[in-house]
Amino acid sequence: MSEAPGTPGVTPPPGDPTESRIGVDSWVAQAEGRRARRRGPARLLARGWEWSPDPVKLLLFVGLASTLPFWLNEGDLFNFGLFTLLYVALALGLNVVVGFAGLLDLGYVAFFGIGAYTYALLSSSHYGIHWPAEATIPISMAVAALAGLILGSASRRLLGDYLAIVTLFFLQAFAAFTNTANPTVHGVGLTGGPNGIANLDPLTFFGYKLNSTKQQYFFLVIVVAVVAAALHFINQSRTGRAFRALREDPLAAEVMSIPVNRLKLLAFVLGAAIAGLCGTIFAASFTAVTAGSFGVPLLILLYAIIILGGLGSIAGVILGGFVINISSQFLAPQNDHPDVKRWLFYGTIVLIVALMKPWYRAVLVLAATIAFGYAVHAIVSATTVATWTTGAPVAAGSRSIRDGIQGWVVMPHATATGPHVNFNTCLYIGLVVAAVTVRSLSGWWRLAALVPTLYLTAMVWENILAQNPSVTALILFGAMLIALMTVRPQGLLGTARVEIV
Amino acid sequence: MHLLLFNIIDQIRSLGWGGAFELLRNGIVLGSLYSLIALGYTMIYGILKLLNFAHGDVYMVGAFLGFGVLTAFGGALNPGIGLVPLIIIMFAVAMLGSGVLGVGIERFAYRPLRNAPRIAPLIAALGVSFFLENSAQLMTNGFQYNYDAFQLGGKNGNFGPLFDPVFTVAGNPVTVVQVLVVGSAVTLMAALIFLVSRTRLGKAMRATAFDQEAASMMGIDTDRVISSTFFIASVLAGAAGVMYGLYIGTTFYFMGFLAGLKAFTAAVVGGIGSIVGAMVAGVLVGLIESYAIGYVGGQWSDIVVFGILILFMIVRPTGLFGAQAIQKV
Repeated sequence: MSEAPGTPGVTPPPGDPTESRIGVDSWVAQAEGRRARRRGPARLLARGWEWSPDPVKLLLFVGLASTLPFWLNEGDLFNFGLFTLLYVALALGLNVVVGFAGLLDLGYVAFFGIGAYTYALLSSSHYGIHWPAEATIPISMAVAALAGLILGSASRRLLGDYLAIVTLFFLQAFAAFTNTANPTVHGVGLTGGPNGIANLDPLTFFGYKLNSTKQQYFFLVIVVAVVAAALHFINQSRTGRAFRALREDPLAAEVMSIPVNRLKLLAFVLGAAIAGLCGTIFAASFTAVTAGSFGVPLLILLYAIIILGGLGSIAGVILGGFVINISSQFLAPQNDHPDVKRWLFYGTIVLIVALMKPWYRAVLVLAATIAFGYAVHAIVSATTVATWTTGAPVAAGSRSIRDGIQGWVVMPHATATGPHVNFNTCLYIGLVVAAVTVRSLSGWWRLAALVPTLYLTAMVWENILAQNPSVTALILFGAMLIALMTVRPQGLLGTARVEIV
Repeated sequence: MHLLLFNIIDQIRSLGWGGAFELLRNGIVLGSLYSLIALGYTMIYGILKLLNFAHGDVYMVGAFLGFGVLTAFGGALNPGIGLVPLIIIMFAVAMLGSGVLGVGIERFAYRPLRNAPRIAPLIAALGVSFFLENSAQLMTNGFQYNYDAFQLGGKNGNFGPLFDPVFTVAGNPVTVVQVLVVGSAVTLMAALIFLVSRTRLGKAMRATAFDQEAASMMGIDTDRVISSTFFIASVLAGAAGVMYGLYIGTTFYFMGFLAGLKAFTAAVVGGIGSIVGAMVAGVLVGLIESYAIGYVGGQWSDIVVFGILILFMIVRPTGLFGAQAIQKV
């Protein structure tokens, strides 16, 4: 806590580990800096990232993002490009509330929904109103911001967890309102119930229509760049420092004459306005809104993004958005690159194992896992009926991959029902128990337990998860949140904070 | 708005005293389930200051464990053993299984985060909740399963005794299963009060909740006390899950979310950390929900319940029985 509150504008440069920032104990910061010192190309990359000025980073993002439409087809651009940027923009807004101000807002998705429904009502045949985007975008943002103001002022008195629960109620009330209540206004159900509102107009700016995915994508690139830049300036400003002070210790911030209540409201309003903007773009490019789009799964996805990237870090949020959405799209059932799914999964596992030190342990574990797999497969096929090992792996592109998996992983045949349903359940629970066991062991025992666990993971993947892709992504995100919290709660690009007691 | 109010008054008139009692009965039965879950929230919050989002999902797992036992004995139509032992086994398995699950969650998701920033365990709790829900979806293929409790104990396809009336008030029967739910809830709560106020473990729990550091300095094994708290809380949730299955019947993977949310509010309305408060407020939330369904209509009931709860939290965040919290610096 070296920074005196009376010296505005003198913030130490971010990334300099010897200087302590607000809320970062100087000793811990130095220790972290020492630990973060790497060798080889990783160090070069980290150095380059730290030393490059912020406009360069933004340009880097815009440049990379702009190349995407030239090597992706229309459908892939929609799933991988458009949705990634949409989630990035949404997560940037959530980052204001959670990352900057430290308020746990679980009703954030409702503002997204409010923006989307506002656009749907003002630019569709639902009520026959067809306003252009230059009018609907400010209105949607204003309506969402107003909702944020109301919820924020209602929650002003509430501390931490109470705030979380009230905002979650707000989300539930919103979901119930759009889905089941659907009050009749002018002879038509206002929100269209579970079917929602379809056939929305595309975004139209002064007569210019954004019809194709490419146009919408470039518009979103601009939106994300503008939002990120604006949030960066806010973060660097007096207000940004006030946010950090509020996040670290509201009481101390109040004593330092920081207007705590107004700041909380500002965070809510700012986040809600960004969510409203995203809602508009979502509704327009999806050409429909349905009540099911604005629920807890999306909320968890957004939290996964900002936590993976690092709370409060704008670059981290953008990185997290790319990682999470691209992996979730690859896992999605409609994805037409099924083999990539498999490589992504096995690649991640091998990567995690490869992080083990020293390196020969990792090699040992991987080799032992492969040998273990062949041994188990041989035993099972020798002792049981043939249906236990003749199951077909889902969407194995080439013959060699299929044969390889069939020869290594025990897969009961899909047509053989009955005991195999319980087999799957037992397998899954067995994996969870095995993972938990690995965590509670240590030393060589842990390595030994890791081998069957890894093989069990492959079995669960081939037998269960690959067959239910939509649930799989959600399960993996839940598991990732838990694992990340225990291993690295500050995320990829965040700074470690210590609770000062 | 004006119209809505007239609708409500009309509805009250047309349902009359009999309808009012019916709603009262439903509210009390539903509320005793909420009370059981709320007790878990209040105990865990009291001892760890952690909003355990996963608690509602423990309740869901309890309901599925009960259903698993029922299916293992041959389903509701012709169970291999008598009605009473079957129900006892269902409760025992669900309560034990949920208890073990709760201890496991605490050990592997929350204990590593004891000294982390406040937001870390909350997000881990969100993760656990999401993980459990979707795992259950995977295991159950996303289908709804029905206990079919009305057939339990019946011979040759006849209805069983669970839904026979025990006594009648104003023309409304009170059935066996309703008495069973309320009776066992009251028994469990009485046992809990005894445990917390009269036993050594209860004393240790109260001490740990009051000041964890001081308690550990006095020689209390706080990790073990916290584990026990999670076990007891999850046992209550598991029991509530089986009761729900017997009374309402339909179990599905998402049932824990809303129930957990309402039960947590009951814990807050009752004053967090207060056991009696959680019981009373649980019944209160059940009554509000029941009357909202009866008088305002099913599609508005969640909005009414959450609206009332939001207002209550804003007006009196310390709850009915909670003491004014003094923030220590």
